[in-house]
Amino acid sequence: MALRLPRSGVPQVLAFLAILAINWTVSPQFFDIRLQDGRLFGSLIDVFNRGAPVALLSLGMVLVIATRGIDLSVGAVMAISGAIAASLADTHPLPVVLAAALGAGLLCGLWNGLLVAVLGIQPIVATLILMVAGRGIAQLITEGRIVTFTAPELVWFGGGSVLGIPAPVAITLGMLLVTLILVRGTALGLMIEATGGNARASALAGVGTTAMTMAVYVWCSLCAALAGIIAAADILGADANNAGLWLELDAILAVVIGGTSLFGGRFSLVYAVLGALIIQAMNTGILLSGFRPEFNLVVKAVVVLVVLLMQSPRLSGLGLLLSRVSK
Amino acid sequence: MAVTPLLETRGLTKSFAGVCVLDHVDFTLRAGEIHALLGENGAGKSTLIKLVTGVVSRDAGTVLLDGAAVDLRSADAALSAGVATVYQEVNMLPNLSVAQNLFLGRQPTRFGFVRESEMRRRATVLLNEFGLDIDVAAPLGDYSVAVQQITAIARAVDMSARVLILDEPTASLDKHEVEILFAAMRQLAGRGIGIVFVTHFLDQVYAISDRITVLRNGRLVGERETAKLPRMELVHMMLGRELSEVTVARSHHVAGMAHPPYAVFRQFGKAGTIAPFDLELRSGEVVGLAGLLGSGRTETARLVFGADRADVGTATVDGRAARLHSPRDAVQLGFGYCPEERKTDGIVAELTVRENIVLALQARRGLLKPLSRREQDEIATRFIKLLDIRPADPERPIGLLSGGNQQKALLARWLAISPRLLILDEPTRGIDVGAHAEIIRLIRQLCADGLALLVISSELEEIVTYADQVIVLRERAHVTALTSDAINVTSILAAIAADLPRAA
Repeated sequence: MALRLPRSGVPQVLAFLAILAINWTVSPQFFDIRLQDGRLFGSLIDVFNRGAPVALLSLGMVLVIATRGIDLSVGAVMAISGAIAASLADTHPLPVVLAAALGAGLLCGLWNGLLVAVLGIQPIVATLILMVAGRGIAQLITEGRIVTFTAPELVWFGGGSVLGIPAPVAITLGMLLVTLILVRGTALGLMIEATGGNARASALAGVGTTAMTMAVYVWCSLCAALAGIIAAADILGADANNAGLWLELDAILAVVIGGTSLFGGRFSLVYAVLGALIIQAMNTGILLSGFRPEFNLVVKAVVVLVVLLMQSPRLSGLGLLLSRVSK
Repeated sequence: MAVTPLLETRGLTKSFAGVCVLDHVDFTLRAGEIHALLGENGAGKSTLIKLVTGVVSRDAGTVLLDGAAVDLRSADAALSAGVATVYQEVNMLPNLSVAQNLFLGRQPTRFGFVRESEMRRRATVLLNEFGLDIDVAAPLGDYSVAVQQITAIARAVDMSARVLILDEPTASLDKHEVEILFAAMRQLAGRGIGIVFVTHFLDQVYAISDRITVLRNGRLVGERETAKLPRMELVHMMLGRELSEVTVARSHHVAGMAHPPYAVFRQFGKAGTIAPFDLELRSGEVVGLAGLLGSGRTETARLVFGADRADVGTATVDGRAARLHSPRDAVQLGFGYCPEERKTDGIVAELTVRENIVLALQARRGLLKPLSRREQDEIATRFIKLLDIRPADPERPIGLLSGGNQQKALLARWLAISPRLLILDEPTRGIDVGAHAEIIRLIRQLCADGLALLVISSELEEIVTYADQVIVLRERAHVTALTSDAINVTSILAAIAADLPRAA
C-alpha cells in the first residue's frame, strides 16, 4: 500500500464543481432557486435533497471502511426501518415511531458488530447475511404490500423544511455535525484510523479495537435507519422490495470518491458526503440532459474506474516512473 | 579442487533502503550433502535464499550452479534450473488431491484430457519412494503438515530438482513427523541431491546435517563440518559478537535490590506457549531475557504485557493483585511494550509520527479525553527532540522513516505515558550502528530514571552491559537466572547451550 501525504480534498471539490458546471451547460436553469411555501426549490437544491439518503449512509460507511471493514447491509436496514416507520406512523405518536425504527437500526448494527468484532467474521460476508435477510425481514413487516401512511409528522421527514432548507438536507447536515463531533471531537477518529491502519499494533498500544469496531457498525446502521425513514417519508410509504435497493453500493462509492481507501486508515467524513453529492449531481445532470437514465449506470461506472485508477498503487508507481523518465 | 560444488555463491550482497542485509556472503553446497543454514532473526538466511532463487534481485555477487554462473530471475526460472524451495507454510493447494498437487501444471494427458488414473498411479509410486503409503486421491489438506511437506518435496524432486532448499520445514512438526521428514531427506541426499536446511532447532541440526553455515547480521561467520563443531561453539557463532562498539563495562546498580519489586509474577504461564515462571521486576533494574529464537522470550514478554492471556499464575503490581487480560489492562497499569516486529506489531505506517507517538497515551486517557492538537504537537516535538528522531517532522507518515527512527518513535510512544515498566523486544534489531548505540544509552538512562525494564536481546554483549539479572530460556521455559557477577557472555552461552536433561 502506498503511503500518502495528508490529502487536501481539492480533487473532490473540483470534480463536484466541474459536474455542476456541466449540469449548468446542459440545463441553463440549473442554478435557479426559488422559494415556494417557505421551502427552497430548484435543480441544485434537488441534488442536495436527493443525495441526502446516500450522504447519510456514507457517513456511517466511511467509519466502517476506515476500520478496514465494509457494510453491505445498509440498504436492507433502510428497508427495515422504513417498513417499521410506515407501519406504525398512522397508529402511534412520532417518538414511538422513530424509537422503533432507529431501535431496529441499533439492533442491526449490534448484530453486524457482533459478527465482525467479536466473532471475527470477514465484514463482507458478515454483513452480506443481513443484506439478504434484512430485506426479507422488511417484507415480513409489510406483509409483502406497499404500506402507505398519511401522518404529517412523519411526512415532514421527506417533504418538510427548516428555514427553507428541505428536511432531508437539514437532517443530513445535522448528522454530519453530530458525527464530526463524535469522531473528531473525541479521540475516536485517531483510534479508528490507527485500527484501520494496523489493528495488531493498535491493540498492542492499548486501543480497545473490539468495542470500537462494534461502535462503527452500530453508527453505520443508525445512519442507515435514519436514511430509511427519510426514504419512506419521501414516498409516503414503505416498499420493502425497493427501498434502499443497491444504495449500499452508492454509499461505498461515495466513500471511495471521498478519498478514503478500502484498505482502511485515513478517512474524511466531509469528503465522503461530498462523494455522495458528486454521485447525485451526476444522476441529476443526466436526467436534465435528456439522456436516458440507463446512461447513469455507465457514467457512474466510468467515474468509479477513474477514482480507482487514481488510487491504484501500481499506477501511481507507473506515474512516478514516467515522470522520472521524462526528466 | 576435488569436485565442482553443486551450488555456490560468491560475494552475494543486498541492501534494502540503504541498510545492508547481506554483505559479501559466500556459500557452498556440495552434491549429496545436507547443509544447515543457521542464524538468528535478521541474520540474512531468507535473503540469501531469495537471492539464490532469484525472487529478489541481488546488488552484487555471483551464483554458480555446477560451476557455471547463472542468473535466475524468478522461482520458476530457479525451478527449471533445478533449484527448488519448500517453505514452512507449504504453498500448495489443500483442496486439491495429493496427486493433483504433485502433477499440477504437468498432468499426464491423452487427447487433451487429464488421465486421472495414470496420475494417481504415478503419484503412488512417487510417494512410495519416500516411504509414504497414502491415498493420493484424498485432498492434501486432510493430511498432516509432514505429509504435505513431503508432497511438496516429492513434487520438487520429481521436477528434476538437484538443489532443495527447505526453509524451516520442521517448525510445525511433531517428533514423529520430523523423523519421517528426515528419512526422506537422507534418502534424497543419498541420491546426490544437495539440501539446504534452514532451522533454529539445534538438536535437529546435529541429528541430520553434514555441514553448517552460520550467518550473523548479514555476514558470513563461518562454515564448519557438523561433526567437528561443538554445540557451545556453534551457539557462540550464532550469538557471539566482537566487542567493538559496545565495550563499556557493566554498570552496577547498588540501590537495585533495595527496592521492593514493582511487578511480581508467580507461576505465570500459558499451556503450549511458555512453562510457568516466576519473575520479579524492580524499579531501576533491567532484567534481560536470553535464549535462542523460539525459546520463549517473546512469549514471556507477551504474557507479561497481557497480549496473550496467562492461564495459570498470578501477577502482582505495586503490591496489589493485577488483572492482565489485554494490552489495555497493561497500559492502564503503566506497562509499555515495544514488540520485535515493528512493522506488523508496532507502527501504524500511514499515520504521522505525531499520531504514532500519542497513540498509547490517548488510548490510556480514553476516548472522551482527547489530547488537543496543541498537546499532541507539544508531546511529539518534545520526544522528537529528546530522542533525536529524524527527520524532525512530526507530520511525516512514520512508514517513511528508517528502522532506527521508527524504533525511537515507538519508544517515544511508551515514554509519553510515563511508564513504570517497559518491555523491549529486540530493541536494537535491524537498525544501523549509530541508532544502536543511542538506544543502548537510552536503556541505561531509563533505568537510572527508575523504570523497571524487561529487555529481550540476541546480542549477548549488549545484555551483559546493562542487565542486573539475566534469565536464560530454553525450549519454552525459564531455565536459569544469572545475577550480578555471574552475568557474562560465557555463562549465558553455557546456559543456552547446555544439553537438555535427557531420560537415561
